[in-house]
Amino acid sequence: MLKELLARLHQGHRTIPFPREEPVLPERYRGLPAISAANCRDGCRECEKACPTEAITFAGGGDLRLDLGRCLFCSACEDACPTGAIRFTRDYRMVTRERAALLLGDAKTLELARALEERMLRVFGRSLKLRQVSAGGCNGCEAEVSVLNTVVFDLGRFGVQFVASPRHADGLLITGPVTKNMRLALRKTYDAVPAPKFVIAVGACAISGGPYAGHQEACGGAESVVPVDLFIPGCPPHPVTTLDGLLRLLGRRGRTVIR
Amino acid sequence: MMANELQKIGNAEPVALLKIPVLAISEWREAVLQEVRAGARICALFALPPRDSPVDPADGLARFGALKSRLYAVLGHDREAALAVCATDVEKAYPSLSQVIPQAHWFEREIAETCGVIPQGHPRLKPIRAPLSDAPFFEVAGDSIHEVAVGPVHAGVIEPGHFRFQCHGEQVFHLEIALGYQHRGVERALIGGPGLRTLHYMETLSGDTSIGHALAYVQAMEPLVGIEPPRRAAAIRGIALELERLANHVGDLGALAADVGYLPTASFCGGLRGDFLNLTARICGSRLGRKLLRPGGVCFDLPENAAVEFTRSLEGALRHVNEAAELLWSRSSVLGRFEHVGVVSAETCTDLGLVGPVARACGVKNDVRADFPSGIYRHAKVAVATHAGGDVFSRARVRWLEIQESGRLIRSLLSELAEGLAEGPILHEAFRAGRAAPVLAPDRLVVSLVEGWRGEICHVLITDRNGRIARYKVIDPSFHNWSGLEMALRNQQISDFPLCNKSFNLSYCGHDL
Repeated sequence: MLKELLARLHQGHRTIPFPREEPVLPERYRGLPAISAANCRDGCRECEKACPTEAITFAGGGDLRLDLGRCLFCSACEDACPTGAIRFTRDYRMVTRERAALLLGDAKTLELARALEERMLRVFGRSLKLRQVSAGGCNGCEAEVSVLNTVVFDLGRFGVQFVASPRHADGLLITGPVTKNMRLALRKTYDAVPAPKFVIAVGACAISGGPYAGHQEACGGAESVVPVDLFIPGCPPHPVTTLDGLLRLLGRRGRTVIR
Repeated sequence: MMANELQKIGNAEPVALLKIPVLAISEWREAVLQEVRAGARICALFALPPRDSPVDPADGLARFGALKSRLYAVLGHDREAALAVCATDVEKAYPSLSQVIPQAHWFEREIAETCGVIPQGHPRLKPIRAPLSDAPFFEVAGDSIHEVAVGPVHAGVIEPGHFRFQCHGEQVFHLEIALGYQHRGVERALIGGPGLRTLHYMETLSGDTSIGHALAYVQAMEPLVGIEPPRRAAAIRGIALELERLANHVGDLGALAADVGYLPTASFCGGLRGDFLNLTARICGSRLGRKLLRPGGVCFDLPENAAVEFTRSLEGALRHVNEAAELLWSRSSVLGRFEHVGVVSAETCTDLGLVGPVARACGVKNDVRADFPSGIYRHAKVAVATHAGGDVFSRARVRWLEIQESGRLIRSLLSELAEGLAEGPILHEAFRAGRAAPVLAPDRLVVSLVEGWRGEICHVLITDRNGRIARYKVIDPSFHNWSGLEMALRNQQISDFPLCNKSFNLSYCGHDL
């Protein structure tokens, strides 16, 4: 026992002070992309051609759109753009309640997730149990969700916990493009969660199919099977992005609009 | 034809398709058998379906009729750094290899499923990626036998798979694993490439092995263009591959501790795993190493002062890991749960062709970094760690030994970079932005091996006459090792399954593709 206590002393305090303080992110972290149409050279479309997941659409006249739900954050568009019209910032906040809100444009602002409705918040605000379902996920999103349980992020301090059965859960957290072979299992798991319930889609795959969009073996994301209430973009999302999204859903982060 | 007449190639060494002998089926079987008897392992065994084969719209699988598929066998001679390759043409059926070579069994099931070619006499011909099919499970009969079915949705935050146990009380007589829930059609989508998504498929083949699989891919591509990556890029790739191994091995030690209810090591390692991921993120912005590798080199150089800062971070993290691991080794309550549980014998290991830390924990001294060195491992020699027990303890111990070696390798690469031994560009000029994508040599086959943290990653790339990808076969280490887990459970208590499973920690999506 003494050995364990001594080790505990050596290992030190590891929990990050988020959300009380802003998180420390790596210098080269690729967060929320920013579009400045003023810089866009009309008609070159190099960004569109470079994107592996057709996340970028260009309707001419500076109307450049980037669908965060499809984005793999590979920044191939930024690399391809000769004039700096697309730039990946280090902003980790990008979780939304609506799919449509993930469509970034020049004039459009990203409306970050608002809190659950009052009635739902009364039930879930201080105790939220989630069941995770991987439906074709590559274990990237799964691993980055799993670390929320470690001492570093310590999800438990917010009353959020992953549970072993859908019957014990208030909602599902889905990763992966939903393969044909997982569609039935996902549907059954959803049906087993007692109402009121909600669904969180984590990662480009679960939102849009990601790199597997258009594959006949996959269904193009969670919405093809169940309604989704929270969209967490990324490939995979950084754990603080996911944590930020969950806290917003629980009304712990205030309403923010990013310009 | 005698075995010594087979085409032998090295790791990441392309060969013209014309030079690969296409044998009659009986000769091919004999050749494969001779190689295996001479100590070779099956690294890959797969079919190249005939071109323009009709595809059944119902399931997307090819239907062949009288067309011929070409079977390729890639046999690894670990002590000679040589890969023997031979081919044969088959129509609807051929006499199965699995009857005489057990390690062929999973490959032949895959061939039957994807190409409709039947390996006759296969002891258990059942699809490996069709979990919704009504193919029966193996059943044990008897009064007090009961069956336990688990999955595809599991209790933890993990991928889906189905486990079917035949039990007598607590004792497991037989475990059968049904996979395929994660099948996303990656190999099909790779045909005709490389394209915009190719690298992303590689990085998400098994997302916890982004560096390993991406490295196997770039290592297959580069010789087909006829270039070598700059030495500096090779060193950075080595650092990234070892960081990936560190993160996962440390995470596994923590998870093993958690599965036996020893929480100090579990919680320490859970946090420490992130230290290694964060080092990778300092190089390329992504904790999993996304966007670091590309054909021709790497996209990111090490940050300034990396030699000093990385070495300091690494040493701090490793000191904490070792403290956490020492706790594990010193607790009899932990050792009592680790030792003699989930034993795989060296014989079973060799018969099934198991790879990676799982094989090394059976005393089998195979490691691609030492046996088929490529890239930076031609210069940075690796001391291969083994342990003879074949049990959960050995698998944990081998991971810990490999953590030490990876730490040593990274430190030596960092100091090499700091001393200016690998100054220069990080990307070969053939792959610089703004240049037209280089064309791959046509009608070639290349085998690319990388020792990922789970073991041997094998990619086989075949180009067509236009230099496009005609077939891209991916063999994740888990493809070999899932049947090892089935064997490890024989005569164990079913309550030890989570612990045994964690000691293998295999990839579902890497298998399902």
